[in-house]
Amino acid sequence: MVFYTLKRIAAAFLTLVLIATITFFLMNAIPGSPFMTDKSTPEQIARANAKYGLDQPLAVQWWRYMTNYLRGDMGVSLKMQEGTDVTTILFHQGKFQLSIRVGLWALLVAVLLGIPLGCIAAYNRGRAIDSILRVLTTFGVAVPSFVFATLLLMIFAVELKWLPVLSNSLESPAAYVMPVLSLALYPSCYIAKLTRTSMLDAINQDYIRTARAKGLKTGKIIFKHALRNSLIPVITYLGPLSASIVTGGFVVETTFSIPGLGKYFISSILNRDYPVIMGTTVVLAALIVIMNLVVDIAYKIVDPRITLTSKED
Amino acid sequence: MSNLQGEDRVLLEVKDLRVSFFTHAGEVKAVDGISYTLRTNEVMGIVGESGSGKSVEAYAIMGLLQNPGKVIGGSVRFDGEDLLSYNQNQMADFRGSRAAMIFQNPMTCMNPVYTVGDQLMEALRSHRKDISRAEARKRAIEMLEQVGINNADKRVDQYPHEFSGGMRQRAMIAMALICNPELLIADEPTTALDVTIQEQILELMKTLKGRNNMSIIFITHNLGVVAEICDRVSVMYAGHIVEQGTVNDIFYNPQHPYTKGLLASMPRMDMIGHERLIPIEGTPVDLLDPPKGCSFGPRCKNCMKICLNNPPPAVTVGENGHSCACWLQVQEMLKQKEAEQHG
Repeated sequence: MVFYTLKRIAAAFLTLVLIATITFFLMNAIPGSPFMTDKSTPEQIARANAKYGLDQPLAVQWWRYMTNYLRGDMGVSLKMQEGTDVTTILFHQGKFQLSIRVGLWALLVAVLLGIPLGCIAAYNRGRAIDSILRVLTTFGVAVPSFVFATLLLMIFAVELKWLPVLSNSLESPAAYVMPVLSLALYPSCYIAKLTRTSMLDAINQDYIRTARAKGLKTGKIIFKHALRNSLIPVITYLGPLSASIVTGGFVVETTFSIPGLGKYFISSILNRDYPVIMGTTVVLAALIVIMNLVVDIAYKIVDPRITLTSKED
Repeated sequence: MSNLQGEDRVLLEVKDLRVSFFTHAGEVKAVDGISYTLRTNEVMGIVGESGSGKSVEAYAIMGLLQNPGKVIGGSVRFDGEDLLSYNQNQMADFRGSRAAMIFQNPMTCMNPVYTVGDQLMEALRSHRKDISRAEARKRAIEMLEQVGINNADKRVDQYPHEFSGGMRQRAMIAMALICNPELLIADEPTTALDVTIQEQILELMKTLKGRNNMSIIFITHNLGVVAEICDRVSVMYAGHIVEQGTVNDIFYNPQHPYTKGLLASMPRMDMIGHERLIPIEGTPVDLLDPPKGCSFGPRCKNCMKICLNNPPPAVTVGENGHSCACWLQVQEMLKQKEAEQHG
């Protein structure tokens, strides 16, 4: 177990180095420079490049990034908040927290909605309610979040005026509703579909017949015996999902003008603010890597047959 | 055969039970009008080949039939009460507490994600709400000890995958018996096990039966197992009971051509040299399109005209409820009556 964990941490570290390297070279392959504006002269650009070391060979710049990251130094923003530490921008201006808050709520909604809906559909297989749920979940998986977000805005903010149009920094609970729903639509429908499929598989297993023969009531059979056995595919999906839902809310953040990390990430790419791009990418990648590790440990909790040891262990 | 007399009362009475599966291809009459009674402390064997309806009949009694299977006729009375009139909740209360069931494949019959102890305790606590967790745990350990599992106090916290096949079947039996049911239905409980383990499980069931005063319905296609454990036997073919009687009747005085065929096709210790087993010719009945008359007719060596057009009635052919559904027996009976009248 200890060996396994160490191995996983080493692998995670390597993954992050690889992602940072690829991002570094890709970002430098994009034409343009953070200092290019309509009025800037080639001399000004050259001077700025020299100031931040962007005139040095790529290999040297890459090495500097890597060594600085090891020391926890993510550099300073070149353009968007010139001179501000990237760590400050990412963690101390509330952007990350804002994205995490919306994301976690969306995750919660997705799980609490998706899993029961999947169970209900599986239990009522072939009946009307199953068909209705199938249509709804297919709709939810197919509709892009910006369309759904716009639809919500039109209905609840513009027409009915129940909810605020702009969510901004999510000061009121009402501001959460639409962003969270838009973000949760796809994953909840996807989870419902996943749960239904694996639940149907579980329901036909011999141990379900045993549970019925023991005299357990339907609810207990479905939610205790069948559900836990059908959770593995759902958990597999939850790992990458929880990372992407927390960070991939760019569209939703833009639609509801929430100043979160997703929105800032895209702006940093458009502005060629290299250190911010690097910083954001590495933080998001780290989040995904951590979530995958958590998922592997969660497997073990859900299914005791899974052992977390490598062959050498 | 002492079990057949004395103070034992009728525990289960199945009358003209019919179960059909409504499939896309049509109605499959899996169980087509079977009747029998089971007394307390009695072990009844139900034998028949795959698809003869022996398991379906048991599922119908337990209310475990799944779509598209339905009971379409007949009655099942347990201790005088009509089980078919029970609603889902009543049936769930009945299952596990008064009648329990064990199944063929112990490897897949326990939930892999809960400990064996959890599953035993659940069986107990779902029927006895007043029992605390600690008490239930104690009882689970006791039951595991009773079925011969060593280190029960450690084993109780293990998961099914840490048990061997034979041990899992023992644990299944412990789980089935934890509420002291009056009836145990064992659906091919030894089929998936090694012969040596089979023997142990049978011994265990015999011991527990004596200790707990329960009746057993033992479903199997293994006649050797029947001889070892059963008091009475029902032979099923294509959804019908073709012959019923005590173990001795069935093994030493079989009347139905199918029963005779089954016995002849079984290897015996007293076979000399290169004697060959005698198979039953033909193929099992297509239940979607069963024969009009006797379902065994098309495969029967003694088939007569009447057999092809009319299903045979069950007639009594001996003492202790030995009965047989065959036109040959009906003919025999008529001849005897005639002789009696003339002589």
